[in-house]
Amino acid sequence: MNYELSGKAIKQDTSFTNEVIEATGVRVDRCYQCMTCTLGCPVADAMDFPPNQVMRLIELGAKDALLRSRTIWMCVTCEACFARCPNQIDTAAVMDYLREEATAQGVEVPEERIQLLHRIFAENIKSFGKVHEATMLMTYKLKSKDFFSDMGIGLKLFLKGKIPLFPVKVKGLDQVKKIFEKTYDKTFGGRS
Amino acid sequence: MKFSYYPGCTVHSTAIEYGKSIDAVLSVLGVELAEIEDWNCCGAAAAHSIHRKLGLSLPARNISQAQKQVDLSPQLITSCPGCFNALKRADYALRNDEEARKEIEEVVGFSYSGEVQIRSLLEILNHEMDEKDLKSKVKKPLNKLKLVCYYGCALVRPHAITGLENPENPMMMDNIMKLMGADVRDWSYKTDCCGADLALTHGELVQKIVGRLINHAKDAGADAVVTSCGLCQANLDMRQTGPDPLPIFYFTELMGVAMDVPNRKGWWGKHIVNPGPLLGRLGYE
Repeated sequence: MNYELSGKAIKQDTSFTNEVIEATGVRVDRCYQCMTCTLGCPVADAMDFPPNQVMRLIELGAKDALLRSRTIWMCVTCEACFARCPNQIDTAAVMDYLREEATAQGVEVPEERIQLLHRIFAENIKSFGKVHEATMLMTYKLKSKDFFSDMGIGLKLFLKGKIPLFPVKVKGLDQVKKIFEKTYDKTFGGRS
Repeated sequence: MKFSYYPGCTVHSTAIEYGKSIDAVLSVLGVELAEIEDWNCCGAAAAHSIHRKLGLSLPARNISQAQKQVDLSPQLITSCPGCFNALKRADYALRNDEEARKEIEEVVGFSYSGEVQIRSLLEILNHEMDEKDLKSKVKKPLNKLKLVCYYGCALVRPHAITGLENPENPMMMDNIMKLMGADVRDWSYKTDCCGADLALTHGELVQKIVGRLINHAKDAGADAVVTSCGLCQANLDMRQTGPDPLPIFYFTELMGVAMDVPNRKGWWGKHIVNPGPLLGRLGYE
């Protein structure tokens, strides 16, 4: 069955509920739309679909709409939704799965800066084993072309000695790189 | 008392005063920390957000490093709630999900023994230390200091994984601050998320979230906010707007004031909202 969502035609994919349950172990089918998740969500008003609607959209099989949504990137995994859900649905764990799928499939995402920052952060760990804020922030600024926001704060932190100039590398960096090879690199296959 | 220690990246950078105050306070309490060898970043919010198995494997390598020194202590302490959360999630998967355990073991190249217990520094202070001992170290009771304790999200949730008591109304930091003599105010926003993960990409939204938290702290009559999280501290410290900003302390910094540890003045210069004037006005500096 096809239906319309916010004026867009949606193709229904009825296998999606089972796909999510299998991939996450989260029983999304238990949701009875009490909206407790959305009421406690600190960023619900910045989402295109609030968390309770995500549950409903999964049931409706709107995978494509969810993978292209703002919501999955705005979720900060604070887990207030899970803590208060009367049906023990870990909505944040579902968001992780949807982000992973959107990233693996190379879907064009509306919150590309958030996705970009996650990737740059992860790749910073791959380079050093630990996070080196200076290179991480510089790379983000260059790639996002967001040159000006927070420059004042960044400078203050630097002057306070809170952003070290030189990275510290983990000795077992080859082990860390192997972890990436077996997980993250498989997803991206050299794609940037 | 000796524990294995996972410091996490931020105690050497944006939370440097947290690291220094932890060292100062624990040395007064006679707690020895044995930093695990060659630890790596836990993956923070980034790893699990784009690759769930990466998000479990990065902290799992640190568990494998802690296993190597299990004779020193089976308890692995971390002070950073983000790291605590990541380590706990990895440990939970390794402990309870055989299929996941096999996959993570293969990715990381180790064999999980289950001997290491992940603990937060606040748990240790609450459950492994004697209240009387803690109280006996107080030289300057903080009774003039009105505080709210802010736990944020990562330390307490998800409850099934972190296993900490009272996830909706945690008291671990409140208890410690009360032992230090502080006037700790009750408020309803202890575990509301501060939105730090979105600070770089959605500054205005995060400013709103932070503003709300600061206003509620002021409504509760607080002169300052206390936290145990480097991200919460940095976010609340940097992104409050409006008049009369509140100083945002690490709980270990205030323990340091109460215990009158030396060389603590350098910590205040690391803050964006300088806590010096408040501490000076109340006679603590």
